[in-house]
Amino acid sequence: MNFLNKVLTIVWKDVMAELRTKEMFSSMLVFALLLIVIFNFSFELRVDKVAQVVPGVLWVTFAFAGTLELNRSLALEMENGCLEGLFLAPMDRSVIYFGKMLGNLIFISVIEALMLPIFSVVFELNLIQPSLLITIFLGTVGFAAVGTLLSAMAVNTRAREVMLPVLLFPIILPVVISAVKVTAGILDGLPLGDLAQWLRVLIGFDIIFLVVSYMTFDYVAEG
Amino acid sequence: MIQIQGLVKSFGHTYALQGVDLEMAQGEFLTIVGPNGAGKTTLLRILATLAKPTDGLVRIDGLDLASRGNEIRRRIGFVSHQSLIYANLTAEENLRFYGRIYDVPALEERVETLLNLVGLEARRHDPARNLSRGMLQRLAIARAIIHQPTLMLLDEPYTGLDQQATEMLRQLLQTVSTESRTVIMTTHDLQRALELCDRLAILAKGRIVYQTESASLTLADLQQIYWRHAENGLTREKAQI
Amino acid sequence: MNRRFRPEDLLNWLSGLTMVAALYLVFLYAPREATMGDVQRIFYFHVSSAWVGFFAFFITLVSGIAYLRTRRRRWDIVALSSVEIGLTFTAMAVITGSIWAKPTWNAWWPWQQEPRLILVTILLLIYLSYLMLRAFLEGEERKARFAAVYGIVAFASVPLTFMSIRLWQRLHPVVFEREAITWPRRCWPPFSSVSSPSLSSTSHCCFIAYGWGSWGTRPKD
Repeated sequence: MNFLNKVLTIVWKDVMAELRTKEMFSSMLVFALLLIVIFNFSFELRVDKVAQVVPGVLWVTFAFAGTLELNRSLALEMENGCLEGLFLAPMDRSVIYFGKMLGNLIFISVIEALMLPIFSVVFELNLIQPSLLITIFLGTVGFAAVGTLLSAMAVNTRAREVMLPVLLFPIILPVVISAVKVTAGILDGLPLGDLAQWLRVLIGFDIIFLVVSYMTFDYVAEG
Repeated sequence: MIQIQGLVKSFGHTYALQGVDLEMAQGEFLTIVGPNGAGKTTLLRILATLAKPTDGLVRIDGLDLASRGNEIRRRIGFVSHQSLIYANLTAEENLRFYGRIYDVPALEERVETLLNLVGLEARRHDPARNLSRGMLQRLAIARAIIHQPTLMLLDEPYTGLDQQATEMLRQLLQTVSTESRTVIMTTHDLQRALELCDRLAILAKGRIVYQTESASLTLADLQQIYWRHAENGLTREKAQI
Repeated sequence: MNRRFRPEDLLNWLSGLTMVAALYLVFLYAPREATMGDVQRIFYFHVSSAWVGFFAFFITLVSGIAYLRTRRRRWDIVALSSVEIGLTFTAMAVITGSIWAKPTWNAWWPWQQEPRLILVTILLLIYLSYLMLRAFLEGEERKARFAAVYGIVAFASVPLTFMSIRLWQRLHPVVFEREAITWPRRCWPPFSSVSSPSLSSTSHCCFIAYGWGSWGTRPKD
């Protein structure tokens, strides 16, 4: 499958480049750790409420670290004009979209995977549960889907780094709200039946965002 | 091979190109010179499908630019101001990447050949950010020809190169252009302009104001002609010698 | 005054007249509400403004799509005007909502109890983001194109936000249920747009007039 091959080539390229320097990982990791420390001190006086704030803290951290990743990913493409190199190639613009989106998904997911044990230790909760992992993954899919599209727009503006959160956060709310809800439900020990409704909603959102982003990416990628 | 009729490109109320007409046959080497802001880069970017014309007709190899974008991209190699090389990947990995997205067959061999052609086989495992500007430019050319394009577009390729690098580039371009490729190159440098081309055109204020076969043209002639045409209503600019 | 009569003028006059009529209806005709008192009158403005805010959002979507298909600048102008109008009316909805909330629930911004406040805030933020995007972009064509895309994505997102908020909390003093508020008899059934027909239609007329007017004053190129 030619389409898939090219998508995977783009993903491979991003992964190889990152493995060589690890600059994106290190900055995301440090940033996420800083956030945890700040949150820890912010909520320290309300120890009994820790479990209640964890879903929010988790997703705020993921959202900000994710924004960092999205910005970096496109910034690397802008260096030396490589984004145009992609546009020059004889392939559908959607190949570029899915390639970048998958790359973003992988990077953000890896950071999330690294953060979870740390969160578990700091908040003294077991966060490594399958249902939670699935939820986090689904939330990240929606985030990466819209984030890739909007970062491609933001990177063209004068206020590059600031523009992305401004554009992204209002749009990504449905995913964040649902993800936080499910996370809270899982931590509260709600049965899977109740959560199933929210998970279905989350999957639905992911699909909608993927489709809309994929369809409009062409217009962003034009000359 | 190339047909351009009445090409217009506007950005809001500014017109970068105001009606360009150009025809080229297969295998010709055309150099376009002109002052800054004349529209040279815009013209090349439109041909490279990186920008859309506001009006006019563009055909490459008989294919209409507006509708057959991907097929045209297969036949084009573009070298711009920026190298389009990923700084964190090695020279070899860069070529391999582009080879893959261009569906180049027998990729490993092709990468090998190209690295030798541009003289970078010794630096193949170096991340591209460690390469000098001259080497980067040569790698960019390798990238641009990896898929055997029939049309090459070079946007001021000599910019920022020292003497040695310039000479290496000239030799490389000579090799590359004899393979019955059509080449369009833009440059500020009038001397470089004359070295390799069959035809020469002067672009000023979005229009082609002068065209000629360059075989009999001397540098002195060219300078005179250039000043006369490019000077029309424009401030003087020093052409590099 | 030698101004030629333009089609937009008709809409302007219509808007003006219906606005006066609406003001009369709201302040004099509609009777005082039983539980809340006069402050309930602001509800007519609040709900209508919110409706116009959402409607403007829809227009932005439609003209964004139209621009991407036709590439004619007029659609971009309509989209931008629509955002500006939507922003104004949404801001009005937010302010009037807050004014109504204070005496009713004794809180200026009770978005724990009232999830719809969140929604309206989001809409406001999206409008602002839209304008920021345009402000920071270079090139008319790119502005129009990116803004259109953002409008489409945003329009896909807002109903989803609404859904998730609805699932989250169910505390709005629902105008759609009869028990929540006893509407004065002379009013129409408790559907906001119907209970203050003149006000809503006034708002819509203003909106149409404004949009038409912007189109009329577009740069002639």
